[in-house]
Amino acid sequence: MRPVASSGTSLFYNLRFRAILYQVVAVGIIVLISLYLFSNVSQKLAEQNIATGFGFLSRDAGFVISQSLIDYKPTDSYGRALLAGIANTVWVSAWGVVLATILGLVVGIARLSRNPLLAFLAFLYVEALRNVPLLLYLFLWYALIVTTLPSVREAWEPIPHVFLSNSGLTVPSLSWTGAHSLTLAALCVGVAMGVAVRRRATARRVATGQHRPSWPWVVLAVAVPVVLAVLLFQPDLTVSLPEKGRFRMTGGAQLRPEFTALLVGLALSASAGIAEIVRSGILSVRKGQWEAARALGLRDGLSMRLIILPQALRVIIPPLTSSYLSLFKNSSLAIAIGYPDLVMVSNTTMNQTGQAIEGIAIFMMVYLGLSIVISLFMNWYNSRVALKGR
Amino acid sequence: MVKARSLTRWLAFGFVAGLGFVSAAPASAQATLDTVKKRGKILCGVSPVAPGFSYADDKGVRRGFDVDICRAVSAAVFGEPDKVEYVPLNTNVRFQAVQSGEVDILSRQNTWSFSRDNSLGLDFGPVVFYDGQGLMVPKKLNVSSASELANAAICLLPGTTTLQNLEDFFRPKNIKYEPVVFENSDEWRNAFFSGRCDAITTDRSDLASVRAIASDPDAYVVLPETVSKEPLAPTIRQNDPNWRKIVDWSVYALIAAEEKGITQANVDSHLKSEDPEIQRLLGVNGDFGKMLGLDNKWSYNIIKSLGNYVEVFDRNLGPKTRLGLTRGPNKLWTEGGLLYAPPFR
Repeated sequence: MRPVASSGTSLFYNLRFRAILYQVVAVGIIVLISLYLFSNVSQKLAEQNIATGFGFLSRDAGFVISQSLIDYKPTDSYGRALLAGIANTVWVSAWGVVLATILGLVVGIARLSRNPLLAFLAFLYVEALRNVPLLLYLFLWYALIVTTLPSVREAWEPIPHVFLSNSGLTVPSLSWTGAHSLTLAALCVGVAMGVAVRRRATARRVATGQHRPSWPWVVLAVAVPVVLAVLLFQPDLTVSLPEKGRFRMTGGAQLRPEFTALLVGLALSASAGIAEIVRSGILSVRKGQWEAARALGLRDGLSMRLIILPQALRVIIPPLTSSYLSLFKNSSLAIAIGYPDLVMVSNTTMNQTGQAIEGIAIFMMVYLGLSIVISLFMNWYNSRVALKGR
Repeated sequence: MVKARSLTRWLAFGFVAGLGFVSAAPASAQATLDTVKKRGKILCGVSPVAPGFSYADDKGVRRGFDVDICRAVSAAVFGEPDKVEYVPLNTNVRFQAVQSGEVDILSRQNTWSFSRDNSLGLDFGPVVFYDGQGLMVPKKLNVSSASELANAAICLLPGTTTLQNLEDFFRPKNIKYEPVVFENSDEWRNAFFSGRCDAITTDRSDLASVRAIASDPDAYVVLPETVSKEPLAPTIRQNDPNWRKIVDWSVYALIAAEEKGITQANVDSHLKSEDPEIQRLLGVNGDFGKMLGLDNKWSYNIIKSLGNYVEVFDRNLGPKTRLGLTRGPNKLWTEGGLLYAPPFR
């Protein structure tokens, strides 16, 4: 086969032309099929007098969502209801990722422990959690919470004003306003400044060898912005205390059983997978690295933190991305135990409006979009920890 | 060059064929009656588990009030009631199942409402059960009225009118509540029985089913308020008027039979009746069956195999069953109820 067509032969035998032609044909076929499906669907729907279009998004939803991060009431639109559902999905997935990562890391390291009992327990944990479908665990956690905890009237009060009942965990809370958000932002700025101060102190110690305590400066860096924010924005500091109502708790902030069961289910099952990923990452680092670390006089914990884990991350990150993605997508099982995530809100919307195709299109696009965001972020992080120059 | 040209031609052909494919009108909806007859059975969408309305008995045979509606249509079409295949459907896929042709009739405690009638491409047959949404609470909570339910957690199913009805009922009273919504009716009932919710809400007939399932039915009480009107009616696709009429008149035949005092036991003796309407109803006179595309014995077959409306009601829902429902508005118009069949004339 000749690599490039000479001027005398037909264009058809030009490899480059052919490659492009095939691609154009492939794209054309896909476009035609989608066009056909689209026109077929809209024609059929019109023939059967089924309403179409996204006009319903601005109509009144008229249903209550039990827990919502964003401000939502039944007089708001379907669009806003869906937004509340998206926020709930992201909220539970984000906490799930954080918890699963911490648990997975701990269990993964415990799996490799030289203490046989600890290693065995970690092994049991992983096998028990990853070999049973998540849905069954969700039912189990939910049933455990709802049936073993006392009713609200007999709520358990382990610490004053903290109640545990089959309505969930209720704690005292502040009534959240913009001023509180600004103060929280100030706290974040403070923490960032504290970290920066700490880093500079470390850099100086490395450069000069002088050890001066840096913690007073760190405390100052965190405290100053917070105090300033409190004085400036004056957030309302009256605490709302929970009380036993006739049926449910009133006041305070609530961790509901539906959210808790879903979070626990997602985090535990993902942590089992992550533990195995962490273990494989650690095992991928050569034994010589441990030995070198010990030769330098580092304790095991320090060698793990400073030498082994950073190298293991290269192996850990790519499969970890898949774990995060599946955790995020598994959050759609929420509907089984009554947590109002995106799927549940979409379902209610679809049933009230009868527009199933639009509803499913919306939630597929949201899952796709958010999954891509997670992948992009993880790919970026992966390129950061990847071995440079390879 | 030759090859290149043939390929281009092939592509051009493909493109044109593709366009033709796109613009080809989808085959017009085939008459449901023909499809059903060819298939030899009716596909009937029912509730998976709803005692009294649709449930499998200890031999695995599906029974219930909703089931009997489909059996009536089967008797009208095939002359025997059991040429039905039951498709258990959850609330949130039931209408799509009718739209897509997965079932021929949806007989599943469906509420007939304006938006469903006018935006889903569906038609509703006659109301077979006049229902209303109610609330049930455990007796030990000492609740006597729905207005006392401020701040209560209420268990609901999605994809029903209940969520909106509840909001419509409580919003004017300015009562806040916590809805807990489940997709699966088992989880929904269990959450209520285990105390996660203080109240459970659904149609009153369905509350009776839930109560019948409870380990101790007497521990629960249905509150007096009726939150909404829930006329339950079988549902069919909009594009087949003939099929709709078959479903309509099969239901009317049950009601008319009760009105005329024709029962499963005495239907044969009524064949000799002098009453001209009974003669037309039972196909002794006139060609009513033919007008529907059915055998003239169609309604005789319904009554012979199922009895009349009250027999169907008593067998599945009545005082002697686990549900123990009284007829309430589901009495004949002559007895002060709402059941009224147009004349067989």
